[in-house]
Amino acid sequence: MNSVGTNIQRQEAWDKVTGRAKYTDDDQITGTLHAKILTSPHAHAEIRSVDIRAASKVPGVKAILTGKDCAILCGDVIEDRPPLAAGKVRYFGEPVALVVAVSEREAMEAANRIAVKYKPLPVVASPSEAILGDAPLVHENLKKYKKAVQDVYPEPDTNIADRIKIRKGDMAKGWQESDVTVEASFQLPKSDHIAMETRAARAEIHPDGQVIITASSQAPFSVKKLLSKSFQLEEGKVTVKTPLVGGGFGGKVPVILEALAYLASKAVDGQAVRIANTREEDMVSAPGRLGLEAKIKLGATKDGYLKAAEMTYLVDTGAYTDIGPRLAKAIAVDCTGPYRIENVWCDAVCVYTNHPYATSFRGFGHTSYTFCVERALDQLAAALGTDPLELRMKNAIIPGDTTPTQVKVTSSSTGNLTACFERLGALIGWKEGARIDLGNGIVRAKGVSGFWKTSNSPTDAISGVLLTFNSDGSINLNSGVVECGPGMKTTLAQILAEKMKMDVSRIHVKLEVDTQVCPEHWKTVASLTTFMAGRAPLKAAEDLIEQVKSIAAVALKCPTEDLEVAEEKVFLKQDPTTYLEFKDLVHGYQYPGGESVGGQIMGRGSHIMSQLTTLDHETGRGKSGPAWAVGAQAVEVEFDTKDFSYRLVRAATVMDAGKVLNPKTSRGLITGGMSMGLGLGSREAFVYDGSGRVENTSLRTYKVLHIGEEPQYLVDFMETPQVDAPYGARGIAEDGIIGIPAALANALSTAARTELNQLPVTPESIWNAKTGGKL
Amino acid sequence: MFQVIGKSVISLEVNEEKRDVTIEPSDTLLHTLREQLGLTGAKPGCENGDCGACTVLVDGWPIKSCLMLTAEAVGHRITTVEGLKNAPIQAAFVENWGFQCGYCTSGFLMVCHALSQIHPDAEEIVMEEWLQANICRCTSYEEIRNAVNVILHCSDSP
Ligand code: FES
Ligand code: FES
Repeated sequence: MNSVGTNIQRQEAWDKVTGRAKYTDDDQITGTLHAKILTSPHAHAEIRSVDIRAASKVPGVKAILTGKDCAILCGDVIEDRPPLAAGKVRYFGEPVALVVAVSEREAMEAANRIAVKYKPLPVVASPSEAILGDAPLVHENLKKYKKAVQDVYPEPDTNIADRIKIRKGDMAKGWQESDVTVEASFQLPKSDHIAMETRAARAEIHPDGQVIITASSQAPFSVKKLLSKSFQLEEGKVTVKTPLVGGGFGGKVPVILEALAYLASKAVDGQAVRIANTREEDMVSAPGRLGLEAKIKLGATKDGYLKAAEMTYLVDTGAYTDIGPRLAKAIAVDCTGPYRIENVWCDAVCVYTNHPYATSFRGFGHTSYTFCVERALDQLAAALGTDPLELRMKNAIIPGDTTPTQVKVTSSSTGNLTACFERLGALIGWKEGARIDLGNGIVRAKGVSGFWKTSNSPTDAISGVLLTFNSDGSINLNSGVVECGPGMKTTLAQILAEKMKMDVSRIHVKLEVDTQVCPEHWKTVASLTTFMAGRAPLKAAEDLIEQVKSIAAVALKCPTEDLEVAEEKVFLKQDPTTYLEFKDLVHGYQYPGGESVGGQIMGRGSHIMSQLTTLDHETGRGKSGPAWAVGAQAVEVEFDTKDFSYRLVRAATVMDAGKVLNPKTSRGLITGGMSMGLGLGSREAFVYDGSGRVENTSLRTYKVLHIGEEPQYLVDFMETPQVDAPYGARGIAEDGIIGIPAALANALSTAARTELNQLPVTPESIWNAKTGGKL
Repeated sequence: MFQVIGKSVISLEVNEEKRDVTIEPSDTLLHTLREQLGLTGAKPGCENGDCGACTVLVDGWPIKSCLMLTAEAVGHRITTVEGLKNAPIQAAFVENWGFQCGYCTSGFLMVCHALSQIHPDAEEIVMEEWLQANICRCTSYEEIRNAVNVILHCSDSP
């Protein structure tokens, strides 16, 4: 009875095609009050005064809160963000006031009547401006802020929130050994997650102090801890519930609306209050994807071996850090891409600007630096006169090599990248040439990219699973993993079914997370769920099996080591016809005379990350994640040399998945990531006016990929097991996105015969790069 | 002509049932369906006509319920995802992994279902034109394309 490796449909599939699936804001509870935020119209301004008199008179208004009413600062890394702006606003869209009213309409009307007087301040409009000596400061009090973690190094009286340094090998030697060097600069804009469900939360405070939060969150356990810390609540009195989540992509990790909902409820004596973002609020008021500016210099021998890399990454974290320093760390940790380079100098700097702030986004920084490195590699290949795919294969990381943070890699930890490149070349037909002239000014061109990704969890992140039996012998699986799309809970059921050798349909998964009853799962992020949460059911299954066997041994009068478990039975190894069924054991065994022994059998399993370290502050040495996902990607375009327009033709990914647990789900996760990557590569970006205000805050002006624009997708997997992962499976949920913008820009650079070092690549940006903007 | 002035009770035909609802003239059909009838299959993805997550059928045609006033729906036949009773597109979405988070799914199902009723032999280009009204942020559209192709052209499959 195999579950692993087969196409098991997600547990909640039929709920999702009948409208029965419930997301946070689908519970329409009568009597719930509604909260609405008022947001800042300026990117940087002093708040001179807030007048709520007119707003308070709007019928139905129950309470109005401003920054003065909640003088606290929040942050996962640096505590720098007030839930409502106080003193000044630091980005366009920042929440300034919160109105609670009987209806949403009244709350909106009142919010519009709050009169705020601002004095605009000079705007920090890019990370490179932010680090100049005379740049205006986004946070004057940076040195006074509390750090929520030990290993972050804000630089007082600057806009620098953190700097991660990689110093590996000997740069002088590296440059000396290099016959050819290339240098290039890159710019990547901020953009948004655009999960189809906007963020929403509901809060209620009971008279005994119990706080009940329902939230569209990827991290309900963080919500619990953060609220407890920020508002001095007893942790056990905070319960966070998360039903199905309508897409997260990292955007639903930070705790934002949950805190506002709590404050709102507190202001109305604990009554239930809901708050849900409009699309516009979700795009700019809530955090989005990081921006990046980078300078890369690569050196190689004339036969194409990489010898040195010098890289500066300026991570645009926007007005607040949220997880920005960790994004900079993730970039530093894997800064070279999956290539063997012995001499590496890298500074990854997390910089404040007056842009909407950044949080985790699918790929956690990897998509951004990969764009820079892979574009630079194509420029190096051109300088060397060598084939870009060959250059990558020559330098692909292999067991025994070390990473930028000096971790020695093994085939278990990094799989087989060379095989991925080989397979990719065959899939995409690389041999037929990277640029083919089709006549009539149309060319067809291909570009490639490698990628790798490790995780950046806390070194002590945990995950657990609890199992109980129903009296028919089927199992209930309870874990704190959030179901936000990738089908993780179904994966856990598959892992458990495989281990228990039983039918996966007999495993019932609790989809909703309730922090009071579910064992903690750190956060549903970082493609770590398979690894962390996946090891927990394996241990819980062992726990169950041991208990089932010991009670069966009593009943069957045999030693436990003679027993085996499969198909909901415990049987004698030497005689499988002697068996007991789970249903007769798991709630206690009853002898024919009625006497009972045993009891309810319950399984426990938990996992804690091990062997991870923080990075050395001077050299970056250290181990950030347990293993790397690796792969190779390609994009093929048809480009019109007359007007610089293009069409996506094919996109390919070959990834070392360790083990493909569910082929259709895995393919869907990869192609879904590729689709998002093509969006980032070809169109997605915030556009600002001259004062740092985001101009495209709707899905009409901020375009994502629609059906009919997508290429044909080619996906294949290698399976080099990660030995410490469940059934050898690496996390793959984020990875489809990582190399795609790079591969697209490489294809278009080849097609247009110009270096395209900025995203997104549009016909206009190609025209600009080719002509310098001259008609 | 039908007029709604101030808070009024009106009657709608939703999923083949007559339902009375209290509305303000400015209420959108999306809000009425969700808040008064508990039909939360239609989702607010943008409330600006850009994403299609709120799509329902009005007299069999896909309409973005965030752009239609409830008052305008009087006298028309409304079908929401909850009113699809084992429509072939539902199984096709399940069998083809046509969704991940599922938030866009109701909207896509309604468009696909209407397409299969109105243009059962729709060419690829027509299908794309219809489905371009909707956004899915999780899948690559490959799965949705496969699902809708299962229910189109059923007649010419052997
Ligand atoms: S909610 Fe109606 S189109 Fe987006
Ligand atoms: S399945 Fe998540 S948006 Fe389509």
